[in-house]
Amino acid sequence: MIRYLLQRLLQAVGVMIGVTIITFLLVFLLPADPARMIAGRSATPATVASIRAELGLDRPLPAQYVTYVKNLVTGDMGRSFAQKAEVTRLIGSRLVPTMQLALAGILFELLIGLPTGIMAALRRGTAVDQAVMAFAFVGVSAPQFVVGLLLIYFLSYLLPIFPLGGYGTPLHVVLPAITVGLAGGGWYARVTRSAMIEVLRQDYVRTARAKGVFPTKVVFKHVLKNAVLPVVALIGLDIGVFMGGIVIVESVFGWPGIGQMIWQAIQLVDIPVIMGGVIVTALFVVVGNLLADLVYPALDPRIRYS
Amino acid sequence: MYTHTSNETGAVPPRASWLARTGVGRALAVLAVLTFGSAMAQQGGSAVVSFQDDVATLDPAIGYDWQNWSIIKSIFDGLMDYTPGTTELIPHLAESYTVSEDGRTYVFTLRQGIKFHNGRTMVAGDVKYTLERTLDPATQSPGQGFYLTIEGAQEFIDGAADEVSGIVVIDDSTVQFTTSEPDASFLHKLGLNFAHIVPRETVEAANGDFGHQPVGTGGFMLKEWVLGQRIVLERNPDYFEAGVPFLDELTFQVGVDQNVAFLRLQRGEVDILGDGIPSARYTEVMADPTWSKQVSIGEQMQTGYVTINVEMEPFTDLRVRQALNMAINKDRIVRIINNRAVPATQILPPLFASHDVNYAGYPYDPAAAKALLADAGFPNGFDTVLYAYNVAPNDRIAQAIQADLAEIGVRAELRTQAQSTVIEAGGAGEAPLLWSGGMAWIADYPDPNNFYWPILACASNIPGGWNWAKYCDESIEARAAHADTLARTDQQAERVEEWRSIFVDIMGDAPWIPIFHELQVSMHSTNVTGPDAIFVDPMHIPVHYEMVRRAE
Repeated sequence: MIRYLLQRLLQAVGVMIGVTIITFLLVFLLPADPARMIAGRSATPATVASIRAELGLDRPLPAQYVTYVKNLVTGDMGRSFAQKAEVTRLIGSRLVPTMQLALAGILFELLIGLPTGIMAALRRGTAVDQAVMAFAFVGVSAPQFVVGLLLIYFLSYLLPIFPLGGYGTPLHVVLPAITVGLAGGGWYARVTRSAMIEVLRQDYVRTARAKGVFPTKVVFKHVLKNAVLPVVALIGLDIGVFMGGIVIVESVFGWPGIGQMIWQAIQLVDIPVIMGGVIVTALFVVVGNLLADLVYPALDPRIRYS
Repeated sequence: MYTHTSNETGAVPPRASWLARTGVGRALAVLAVLTFGSAMAQQGGSAVVSFQDDVATLDPAIGYDWQNWSIIKSIFDGLMDYTPGTTELIPHLAESYTVSEDGRTYVFTLRQGIKFHNGRTMVAGDVKYTLERTLDPATQSPGQGFYLTIEGAQEFIDGAADEVSGIVVIDDSTVQFTTSEPDASFLHKLGLNFAHIVPRETVEAANGDFGHQPVGTGGFMLKEWVLGQRIVLERNPDYFEAGVPFLDELTFQVGVDQNVAFLRLQRGEVDILGDGIPSARYTEVMADPTWSKQVSIGEQMQTGYVTINVEMEPFTDLRVRQALNMAINKDRIVRIINNRAVPATQILPPLFASHDVNYAGYPYDPAAAKALLADAGFPNGFDTVLYAYNVAPNDRIAQAIQADLAEIGVRAELRTQAQSTVIEAGGAGEAPLLWSGGMAWIADYPDPNNFYWPILACASNIPGGWNWAKYCDESIEARAAHADTLARTDQQAERVEEWRSIFVDIMGDAPWIPIFHELQVSMHSTNVTGPDAIFVDPMHIPVHYEMVRRAE
């Protein structure tokens, strides 16, 4: 187990190095000059050149990369080109709201996806199944900004139950989390349904039923527990994806998450913020997957890491 | 709906008549406040402004976008400013000033007892520090280029001098500037944010992040900044202008979607739509008798144009450029943006004194345009590329231009891309045609030379410059340089006339297709009030926050 963990951590470090290299190359391949974006319209070429030098952008790319990684190891992500503030501080201010929305979003995905998926599996082929699958299809396909704006219009504006976007109280998180949950819940419903159907066919389920185990107990203890593995994998992925920010939901609801920050940084070619945002996001993807892998053996004794 | 302001250039001042000048300036300022309703208006209350994007910085040396420009102006002050709602230049932190006979030396007497928000009294040394900070390459100020005419600025930038020799502190309340040549727009440049006075000790204590801990002398001071959520400003009780600002507290909520902001305004939770009225709602708002009263419309110093790269075939031929100018149906394009603009005949917007009301420009005449093309050897037109910024409504405007060009046989391939990419292509001279919308050009100050030097001059026809038409005419350049030496009061009429003829002559060369002059449109709730002009202030863009009042 320890050995497996070490192996995975080593892999994670490799992934992170890869992410920094690729991101670094990509942002520098952009056909836009950050120095010129900062220098603005009235700048002379001399000003642009001096800003480029100030930012260290006139140095060879490999040298810039080495400096960046050296600083990164000490926890220094540099300063934003546009805002001049430290990137760690900018990201830090976004982490808690991002985490809150990610957790609430996953919670709603489960609340929406699990029961509907279970129902569809148990009533396979019936109208219930078809309705759930239709819902899942719509949920997955509906554009989030439309869903978000509709929720705001009906549940905040016409019926003033929830605040009109923003951040602060538990009430603020409900509508963005539902918006996330409706889309993700569709995936969860489908995955739960097919995993359940798979397990329902197993002999031990038939045995349990035959020996007269209470139906609810069959479903929860014997079926669901075994069908839940792919759902856990999905949660692991979602942690990573959501911690990278849910740009559209964040911008519709005015949620101060990391996605909005990265989006604005891309507009301004603010390389340190883009780099920092992507690295932190990648870190969460790696951690999310690792957590999912570690949870597997606890759920399914057949899985052993050695 | 759209009125012509008088005294547009803010005609650059004077020399010895400074007493009269400042007296008049002050009187006008007071008059403005009076005509703006009640000078005795109640102070107090609060207001909320909404924005989608986060505010990047409130450092006056750094901030250079339409969002932070006027927030910075409400926290900081310059030696010069403008009468609220107009483009009329007036002394601000300066009590008075003199200009020497040769137009090169300016001596400013500062107002007494001006205090920074940290409690310290502002002195002349702060003025020198501020300008040197903006010039210092380490500051990375986008405004550096405005102050290169100050004597010794280049030596300071190059590190050959520890200070700028052309800025001399005479005593605590007197500071003298010397320019290396007469610079008729110098006083305007001292009204820009980049010359708004900052206290050295606070800048240094902020350790590189003064932009999030701004301390100035302005009517509002920073109370709270929650990154990504809100900025709260409170009234500066020591502000030197009595009775200003009106509000006790002003909150900027960021991250608010434009559509949600509109709902919040209707609910009374937002008072000013920082991003304007959502375009899908514009017609509805203007048709509503109640809401349309809350909309302010004003002119701004903006022209939207298509640059024609004069160095590229077939645009080297004047007839081709003229044909393109006659091909565009500008009225239709104005309708695309809900009439939030006036069609342009020329380069300078009507807000400038040098705008020529008698110049009609190129008429919309596709038949004549086709004939010109045939003359030039293109009876069947040709293929070209039109670059544009990919954010609405610029994509739709570019499509309209493309369609108009197709009418005369010019087949333009559209490249709608990210702003930085389009700017890069324009600067590199790779764009045959480029729609400037969303990128250029709003004048930094109300002087016609700002519509020439950065975007039409030989000096800006350089890789990475903003002269995307790659236009350069040496004789016009010489006339422009001469016009800018006319810095004395008695030369102003001559200067306005000279710039007027320069821009008409440039139109003769047709390096641009001027499309429209955009209007500023803003909307506020019934909870706040003030003269219309301050909600669409041409200088404190977009809103002159210090003049906003709570409705009784």
